[in-house]
Amino acid sequence: MKHIVKLLILLVAVSAFWIGLLETVVPRSYAWLLPVYFIVSLGCYGLLMVGVGLMHFPTCPQEAVLLQKDIAEAKEFLKQRGVDVDCD
Amino acid sequence: MPQSVGLSSNDKLLSCVKRSTYNRIEIGFLEKKERKKQRMEINKNKYSIIVPTYNERLNIALLVYLVFKHLRDVDFEIIVVDDGSPDGTQEVVKQLQQVYGEDRILMRARPRKLGLGTAYVHGLKHASGNFVVIMDADLSHHPKYLPSFIRKQLETGASIVTGTRYVKGGGVHGWNLMRKLTSRGANVLAQTLLWPGVSDLTGSFRLYRKSVLEDVISSCVSKGYVFQMEMIVRASRKRYHIEEVPITFVDRVYGSSKLGGSEIVEYLKGLAYLLVTT
Repeated sequence: MKHIVKLLILLVAVSAFWIGLLETVVPRSYAWLLPVYFIVSLGCYGLLMVGVGLMHFPTCPQEAVLLQKDIAEAKEFLKQRGVDVDCD
Repeated sequence: MPQSVGLSSNDKLLSCVKRSTYNRIEIGFLEKKERKKQRMEINKNKYSIIVPTYNERLNIALLVYLVFKHLRDVDFEIIVVDDGSPDGTQEVVKQLQQVYGEDRILMRARPRKLGLGTAYVHGLKHASGNFVVIMDADLSHHPKYLPSFIRKQLETGASIVTGTRYVKGGGVHGWNLMRKLTSRGANVLAQTLLWPGVSDLTGSFRLYRKSVLEDVISSCVSKGYVFQMEMIVRASRKRYHIEEVPITFVDRVYGSSKLGGSEIVEYLKGLAYLLVTT
């Protein structure tokens, strides 16, 4: 089953639930606005995830230093063995 | 050893037997430990490391040195798929072959830039290992993580081990705020829409079982880094066992990065394509 089909089935199920709500308990005016609330909260959730992720973005400045050491070691070794490692 | 002076021959025999029995038990115990250690250390797999290159004259030499440094006691080969680099990458690879041997470094060049996906397919044709590693040539993927990929695969029996930059223990360096923002935004969007089951979709530092890679790659049609996304999403849909290891990603040291502005449009198009076809 393609993923879009899965998502559409989910959407249909949620819509059926919403229409059910429309008919029964919840007062009309609120029920009509539920999809809007849902989409807005989804958007807010997305922005929150981006913000949280950005704050906790793992960084590794020490890796750059280690990399430079590795590069120097590699250049030393390879130069001795006749491999051309001049800077470009 | 104390001499058993003055003991009867019966006693001597008894103590001899006791000593040898104890020795036998101890030796048996030590042998069992050694065998267990050997079972964990013996890795009969061969790993083919495919590295597509274009104008990576200096980086490929450094990469090869680091791979050999970190993969002692592992059977592997490095397959360099060069797309006709004008800067002399192929000459440097030939020099490396003199140092390390032509059976460990394979040069499989192509006449001109033909794309990343086809580079992997080309490398796969010449791979003799039962596992395949794909990585970038620009040292943003550090070979020191190769043992952790291998260890993870041996421990879990996974078909695919992918490196992720976004978990604790991983990380990036050299990205400005804009870059981090687009990366994080792209990731959240992809996670919400596709439910891929991995935390890093666009990463290209991965270990595949060779049969799995052949199966997944035959059904992928995208280009560029969307291709990497398509591979992992298709593998996830096909229910292959995928594991992750944290890796650090230091943005390229030498040479110019190949990421431009129109990549965002390409990404969104790729996302839509994956949504509908996987």
